[in-house]
Amino acid sequence: MEGTNSGEFKGHALSWHLDGGVIELALHRAPCNEIGSLSLTELESLAAALDDIENRAHALIIYSEMSSGFCAGADLRELYERAHAMGKSQATAGVRDFLERIHRVMNRIDASPLTTIAAVHGVTFGGGFELALTCDLIIADKMARFCFPELRLGLIPGFGGIPRLKRDLGNAVVRDLLLTGRSFNATKAQQIGLVSQVVSEGEALRAARATAAQIGKFDRKTSASAKQFIKPIPHEELRREIDLFCELFSRPAVEAGLKKFVESTDAQPYLP
Amino acid sequence: MQTAEKTLDEILNLAAAHFRVPREKLSPDADFFKALGIDSLQTLDLLTRLEQHFHVELPDYELQGVTDFRTLASKIQARL
Repeated sequence: MEGTNSGEFKGHALSWHLDGGVIELALHRAPCNEIGSLSLTELESLAAALDDIENRAHALIIYSEMSSGFCAGADLRELYERAHAMGKSQATAGVRDFLERIHRVMNRIDASPLTTIAAVHGVTFGGGFELALTCDLIIADKMARFCFPELRLGLIPGFGGIPRLKRDLGNAVVRDLLLTGRSFNATKAQQIGLVSQVVSEGEALRAARATAAQIGKFDRKTSASAKQFIKPIPHEELRREIDLFCELFSRPAVEAGLKKFVESTDAQPYLP
Repeated sequence: MQTAEKTLDEILNLAAAHFRVPREKLSPDADFFKALGIDSLQTLDLLTRLEQHFHVELPDYELQGVTDFRTLASKIQARL
């Protein structure tokens, strides 16, 4: 890691730089930006750096440099291996600590006075979907797919997904996404109000930059005030989500589900 | 509504073109994972392209266990 207090950072899982009032956060951990302890540490560096660099910016763009997609969610392999090596209560305590930390990062991005844009393509699943949901706008390549597969493992989304979905979408759509675990394409995601723009393949970042340039024409304080008024952080529900996740995580069925996923040689391991 | 044969033909054409496999090497009953050499993430890509091409929604759980083009075509045909 380097340069966390300046307008530039190059990490192993992600990098960012500030240019022309826009912070661009690039995710680049193979295979598809799975969020594990390394990504979390580097995301925490971003959250800390925002205190210093936010006043020089008006927008934050989050995008992926991986061809497979924006982010496939939590690193389930790491989660399984760590949990497997520990006792049950220690594993649950470790998961709670991880969730508390990732929630602090997600809440920091969600509450940023900057206008935040997720430029997504391909797989936008689980924790990756939750990261996109912290942003004010989601601009999607037409090949993007959105999914909360957690119920397939006997879990719920744990990075703030349910409270943020409930804040942004109608409850029937939220139930469809969560209870079926099916994935939506970008067109569907736009129809339900999740995505603000659908663009051609490979064009999401360009469209996000054009949007950020437009936002830069407005008074920063006015934009921040408007955002604070229309985008409250659902703190109480976020707390409850962590408690519920940990309660579910302690059940034997979850370890069995994670084991099955990690050891799967199935061509479609994302399917139940 | 278009015929099931036409749906199947369009799927084979789309898959051959996108994954750069000679069309004549793809048969309706072929295992598309093997024929196209695709993994689970590329299967999602194929699913999205098929949804766009046919203007349908295909819940991924309906594709569980589907491995050949003919069955895939029947799932799409049922939603046209």
